[in-house]
Amino acid sequence: QEINPDVEVESYTMNITTLQGFDSFKSSLQAPDGSSRVDLVLSCVDNYEARITINQVCLELGQVWMESGVSEDAVSGHIQLLVPGTTACFQCVPPLVVASGLDERTLKREGVCAASLPTTMGIVAGLLVQAALKHMLGFGGVSMYLGYNSLKDFFPTMDIRPSAACVNPLCRELQRREEERRNSPEARAAAEAAAAAAAAAAAAAAATPLHEENEWG
Amino acid sequence: MAESWDPKTRETVKKIPFLTEKSGPRDKQKWQDRLKQELHALITYIKMNKESDTDWFSIQPNADGTHWTGQCWYVHELIKYEFDFQFDIPATYPDTAPEIELPELEGKTAKMYRGGKICLTIHFKPLWSKNSPHFGIAHALCLGLAPWLAAEVPFMVESGVIKAKV
Repeated sequence: QEINPDVEVESYTMNITTLQGFDSFKSSLQAPDGSSRVDLVLSCVDNYEARITINQVCLELGQVWMESGVSEDAVSGHIQLLVPGTTACFQCVPPLVVASGLDERTLKREGVCAASLPTTMGIVAGLLVQAALKHMLGFGGVSMYLGYNSLKDFFPTMDIRPSAACVNPLCRELQRREEERRNSPEARAAAEAAAAAAAAAAAAAAATPLHEENEWG
Repeated sequence: MAESWDPKTRETVKKIPFLTEKSGPRDKQKWQDRLKQELHALITYIKMNKESDTDWFSIQPNADGTHWTGQCWYVHELIKYEFDFQFDIPATYPDTAPEIELPELEGKTAKMYRGGKICLTIHFKPLWSKNSPHFGIAHALCLGLAPWLAAEVPFMVESGVIKAKV
């Protein structure tokens, strides 16, 4: 707040995974009419339980959020954009180890705790803030998923579609509603109008000659 | 921690009834149904333990089943070490497992988080995710707390951070 007095900081220190914590967290996001009073939630937690909790609260509020994480070996990380009903929710895609049936023994070696590198964390934090700026200010593109592999300097991006078989019933319901909304007459008409406008603009651009004069032609 | 589930744990957990009601503490009526199944599984598990002379814990819920407390014990070299434990049912249960705490042991082992929450990640969480919602409190105790005690109590006794009262 000393750097920018226009920023308001409200601080809540608690465990959001308990019943009381869940309710406190959810109501801290709500305006008096129950809808969300924030444009974006950024998750910077370090455990699965808290992420599931944030996922549930955001599904219940229809809240767009971004999740961030760093791997247990500290050399890779990722950020993810989650739009309830449109993108995958956090439970749509089970953790790699469950989905691939990998033996959990391969996860961690005995006696070793998770590694952490402040450099990796700093980079992922930078990516997250960058994505937040692009999302809120409407410039550039925000990937649904942006990864960072520091060993190879590789930044993969991908789209993660919602799963029709998501274990979370609210996610499935929101997907259904989004599908309905997209197929509604108004939405279809709007999409067609946009496509027609784009085609018209392209045709207009093609119709005008590239060069008014051409001394060789 | 152990490389894998030991055969005895595997055998035991298979005998604990699976829970079928997928609901958490925010679900009002259906939570009551879930609680009935939880208590049934716990009673079955405790009965099994008493019959095989391996009774190792007692447990009590609060009025709405959202906070549980109990005592657990582990025998090491003929001495019984007993500890209090507690946990809350998380809002997103049963997708997320409860985090069992032994507050009196906080700081005595690296395998413990702030507040005395026992460190379980290696085998426990993937197994819980795979089996959710069929695992309940009895399974969490059998697969989480019991192996933790088996690994940590001997270590803590040998490193002198806990002492017998005798």
